[in-house]
Amino acid sequence: MFHKSKAALAAFAASTILATSAFASELVINFDDLNPGPKKGFEDAVEAFKAANPDINVTVNINDREAHKTAIRNFLSADPPDVTSWYPGNRMGPFVDAGLFEPIDDLWAAEGLDKDMAAIQPTMTRNGKIWGVPYSYYQWGIYYRKDIFDKLGLDEPTTWDGLLSACGTLRDAGVTPFTIGTKFLWTAAGVFDYINLRTNGYEVHNDLTAGKIKYTDPRIVKTMENWAQMIDECGFVENHTSMSWQDAIAPFANGDAAMYVMGNFSVDGYKNAGLTNDQIDYFQFPEITPGIPMAEEAPADAFFIPSGAKNKDEARKFLAFIAQPEIQSKWNETIGQLPPNSRATVSDDKFIQEGFAVVSNAAGLAQFYDRDAPAEMAKAGMEGFQKFMVDTSTMMEVLEELDRVQAEVYK
Amino acid sequence: MAYADPPSRKSWIARNRLSIAPWLFLSPALIFFAIYVVIPIFQSLSISLYEWNGLSDAVYVGFRNYVDLWDDPKFWISLKNNVIWLVLYMLAVPLGLAVALFLNQTVPGMRFYKSMFFFPFVISQVVVGLIFGWFYNPDFGIVGAIWKSIYCEEVINIVGNVSVRCSRTPPDILGDPRFATYGIIFAGLWPQVAYCMILYLTGLNNVSSEQIEAGRLDGAKGWRMLRHVVLPQLWPATFLAVVVTVIGALRSFDMIAIMTQGGPFGSTNVLSYYMFETALSEYGFRYGYGSAIATVLFFIMLIFISFFLWQMYKEERRG
Amino acid sequence: MFPTPIQRTSAPSRIGYQVFLPVAMIIWLLPLIAIFMTSVRGLKDINSGNIFGWPTEFKLIENYIAVFEASPALMYLMNSFYITIPTVIVAVSLACLAGYGLSIYRFRLALPLFFLFVAGNFVPFQILMVPVRDFSVRTGLYDTIQGQVLFHAAFQTGFCTLFMRNFIKALPQELIEAARVEGVSELKIFWYVVIPLMRPAIAALAVLIFTFVWNDFFWATVLTQGETAKPITAGVRALNGQFVANWHLVSAASLLAAVPPVAMFFLMQRHFIAGLTLGAVK
Repeated sequence: MFHKSKAALAAFAASTILATSAFASELVINFDDLNPGPKKGFEDAVEAFKAANPDINVTVNINDREAHKTAIRNFLSADPPDVTSWYPGNRMGPFVDAGLFEPIDDLWAAEGLDKDMAAIQPTMTRNGKIWGVPYSYYQWGIYYRKDIFDKLGLDEPTTWDGLLSACGTLRDAGVTPFTIGTKFLWTAAGVFDYINLRTNGYEVHNDLTAGKIKYTDPRIVKTMENWAQMIDECGFVENHTSMSWQDAIAPFANGDAAMYVMGNFSVDGYKNAGLTNDQIDYFQFPEITPGIPMAEEAPADAFFIPSGAKNKDEARKFLAFIAQPEIQSKWNETIGQLPPNSRATVSDDKFIQEGFAVVSNAAGLAQFYDRDAPAEMAKAGMEGFQKFMVDTSTMMEVLEELDRVQAEVYK
Repeated sequence: MAYADPPSRKSWIARNRLSIAPWLFLSPALIFFAIYVVIPIFQSLSISLYEWNGLSDAVYVGFRNYVDLWDDPKFWISLKNNVIWLVLYMLAVPLGLAVALFLNQTVPGMRFYKSMFFFPFVISQVVVGLIFGWFYNPDFGIVGAIWKSIYCEEVINIVGNVSVRCSRTPPDILGDPRFATYGIIFAGLWPQVAYCMILYLTGLNNVSSEQIEAGRLDGAKGWRMLRHVVLPQLWPATFLAVVVTVIGALRSFDMIAIMTQGGPFGSTNVLSYYMFETALSEYGFRYGYGSAIATVLFFIMLIFISFFLWQMYKEERRG
Repeated sequence: MFPTPIQRTSAPSRIGYQVFLPVAMIIWLLPLIAIFMTSVRGLKDINSGNIFGWPTEFKLIENYIAVFEASPALMYLMNSFYITIPTVIVAVSLACLAGYGLSIYRFRLALPLFFLFVAGNFVPFQILMVPVRDFSVRTGLYDTIQGQVLFHAAFQTGFCTLFMRNFIKALPQELIEAARVEGVSELKIFWYVVIPLMRPAIAALAVLIFTFVWNDFFWATVLTQGETAKPITAGVRALNGQFVANWHLVSAASLLAAVPPVAMFFLMQRHFIAGLTLGAVK
C-alpha cells in the first residue's frame, strides 16, 4: 500500500506539474526487492537520479522478489514500465526472444561500459546484442566458522584433499562439516555448480547449461562422483530437505555445523543469528582437478528497458546514471555487494574485499545454474540434485532423467 | 369485433411472460458463469493443443502435449499421488461417522463440544498446512520435540552451546519422500473428518427413532443395529460425505503448496499442483502443457461429477 | 436415538464418557492449542525448544503487535474483507434470481441449466486457471480486488444456485400460483413473496460463502502479484517467508487469518450447519 500510494502521489504530483511545465517528463521503474537493505540502496540511487534530473518525475513500484518473477510476464506486454529490474544470462532469454526488451548496445558504447564492465558483458549479451545494465553482483564460496577451525587447528583448505581432511577432523570433533537447506532446491545447485566448475571448468558449465552436453556425459558423472565423495566424507546436516536456506543457518550459528556453500547475501543472516565477524570467515571453493582455471559463481542483478516503454530517453538516462562508478560504489556499499563497474570502489567489509579478490581473478563468472539453464531445465535439474543428495545411489537414474528433460527443453 | 379481444390486446411480453421471465432471472448468473467458468473450460481444452509460453505466439502442436505427458515420470508420480489421496482421504467418511456417533449424545455442554470438534473445518487449509508443517518439523516442531525427549540427549558442542545427540535421527516427515504425501494427507484429514462428522450428526438427528426401537425389540444392537438400521437411513449423509471428500481429494492444492511445494524432488506432487507448477511458477510458463494436465484432471473429475449428476437426476425423477 | 443414550447405560460408562469427552476434545484440538501456545511465547522459548512447557514469558500482545508492525498483515486482512463481502452479496443475489428462475418455471432447459451450475461448481480450478488469468490480465482486473470479487462471485454462483434452487423448490408453490392468478408481476412475486421466505437460506449461504472465499488461497495466488490486492491467506504465506524461523510470529499471523471465519462460525453456527447439510462442497 505504501509503495502504491507513494506512486499515486508521485503520479498526482506529476500531473499537476505537467499542467504548468511542458518540459517535465516521466519515468516509471519497477524494482524487485523489498528487503530493507536492497530497497534502501535502490531508493537512494533514485533520489540521486532525481536530484541530477529535476525535470524527470520518477515513479517507482517495488515488488517482492518472487512476485516480480511472475508479474514481469504480465507487465512487459500489458503495461510496460520504462525500466525494470531483471536477471541476465538465460533468464533474460525468453523476453529478449519475444522482443520485449530493448537492445542498448549504443548506450554501452557511449558510456564506455564495454571497457568498464567488460567482465560482465558476455552474460548481458544475447543474439549478438546487449540488453541491460547490471548494478550489482556478489560472490559465492564457502562461509565457515573460523572459531571452530581455529580450535581444531584447521586452515582454509585450498585443495579437494585439504577440504576432505578438514572434514574428517571436524567429524571427529562431532561437528557436521556442512549445513544446507534444500527445501527450495537452489542451494543444492550452488554446490553442484562449484563441484562442476572445479572438476571440469567454466566451458563445461556453459555447455551443460546451454544443452550442448548431456548429463550422462562422463565429465558430469565425474562431477557427481566428487559430490558423492563430499557427501560421504564430509557430510551435510540431516533433514536438509525440510529446511530453507535461512533455517540452515541455525545449526551453523549453534556450532553444530562448520561450513556453508553460499552467496554473500547470507552474511547478514549469520550476523542476525548472533555471529560476529570474528567467528565467521570466507574461503574460495577449493581446487579439485589441478590446473583447471578457477571460475566463480557471481550472479548479477541488472536493469532493462522494455521495448514497450513510453519514455525511452529517460530510461536510457537512468541506465547510464546507475552505470556510473560513484553510484555503483555507494549502492553496493549499502547492500553489501560488488559493483560491476571496474572503476567503482569496493566496500572495505572483509567479506566483500575477499570476494572481490576472488572474482577479479576468476577465469569466468557463472550466473548460477538456475539462471544459466532455462527455467524448466533448472527446475528438473535442482530436483534431481536434491534427490541425489538424499540418496547418492540414485545418481545414474537422476542423470538419465535429466537427459530426457534436456532433450525436451532444448529441442 | 375480433380486434378488441382482450387477449390479443395484451403485448407480446405479457403473453409470453411465463417463458421470458425465467431467462430474465437466469441471465445475470448465466453470463457470469459463462465468462468465468464455462468458456474457460473450452479455452483450456483448446490451449492444451498448443505450445505457448504466454509471451510469443502459440504454436499448434496437436496432441503432442499429451504424448509428452505419457512419457513424463512426474505426471505419473502426480497421478499416483492423486490415487493415494483419493483412497486415504476416504478414511474421513468412516472416521467422521465414528466421531459423530461418539458425539451423538445429550449431555450438558454437548453443543459446545460439537462446535469444537467441527472447528478445524472452518480454518483455512493454508493455516492447517502451516500448523502441521510446524507440527512435523524435526528440528523445531512437536514431532521433533517428542522424538528428542525419547532418543536424544543434550550435549555441549565444540563451541560450548547446547546441542542434541540422538541415537536415532528424528523422522523428517515432510522431507522424506517415503512419508511426505501421507503426512500431508493426515493433516488434510483433520478438517475433512470434521466436515463428514457434521454431515453425519445432522443425518443422525433425522434417523427415525421408531425404527431404532423396533430394531431393539428385534434384538439388534451395536454393530448390527448400525449396519442394518442406521446406515441405510444415513445414506444421504454418506452420499454427500463421499462427494465432498472425492472433490476435496482431487482439489488438494493449498496444503501441498504450503507444506512441501510438491517436494522433496517432486514426490508429493499431485495433478493440481503439478499443473500450477508447469504453467505459472518461477520455473515454467508452459501454458499448453499445463492445460493438458488440467484437462486430464478435469476428465477424472468429470467421472465423479457425472455420477453425482446421475444420482441427482434419479432423485429429480422421483420427487 | 443411536447410539444408545449414555443416560440409559451403566454408571461407570456414563462417568467414563463424561471424563473422556473433554480429553478427546483436547487431543482433537492439540495442533491448534500448540500453535496458540507458540504464538504467545517469546523468542527465548522458541530457541530453547520449549514447546510443551509453560511459557517462561507471555508475549501475546507483543507478538500480535509485531505481526502488524513488521508486515502488511493489516492490509491483507482488510483486503480479505474487501474481497469476501462483495463476493457474498453478488453471488447470493445472482443465485436468488437464478434459483428462482430454475425452480418456479417449467421449461425444457431448466434441468440441464441447473446441472450446468452444479457441474461447474465441481470442476477443478486448474482447468479455469490459464484462461481466467489471461482474461484478467487483458481486462486490467489482474492484481485487483475487483478481479478477485468478480471471479469468486461467478464461481460461487454455481454452488449458490444449487442451494437456492433446491430451497425454493421445497417452498409451497401455491403461494406463487395464487399471486399469479391475482396478476402480480413476476418481479413483484419474487420480491414480495419469495424473498421473505428465503431469509434463512440467504443467511446460511452468506456464512458459507464467506468462509469459502475467505479461505481461498489458489485464486489469490493466481490473480494477484503484489501486496496491494493480496488477501490474508496468501499474505500469511508471504509472511511465512519473511518470518523464517520466527515460529511465534508465523503462528500469530496464522491464527489471525483464522479469526474471522471462526468468529463467523460461532456467531452463525445454526445457519452454517444448515447450509452445509444442504450440500456444500468446499
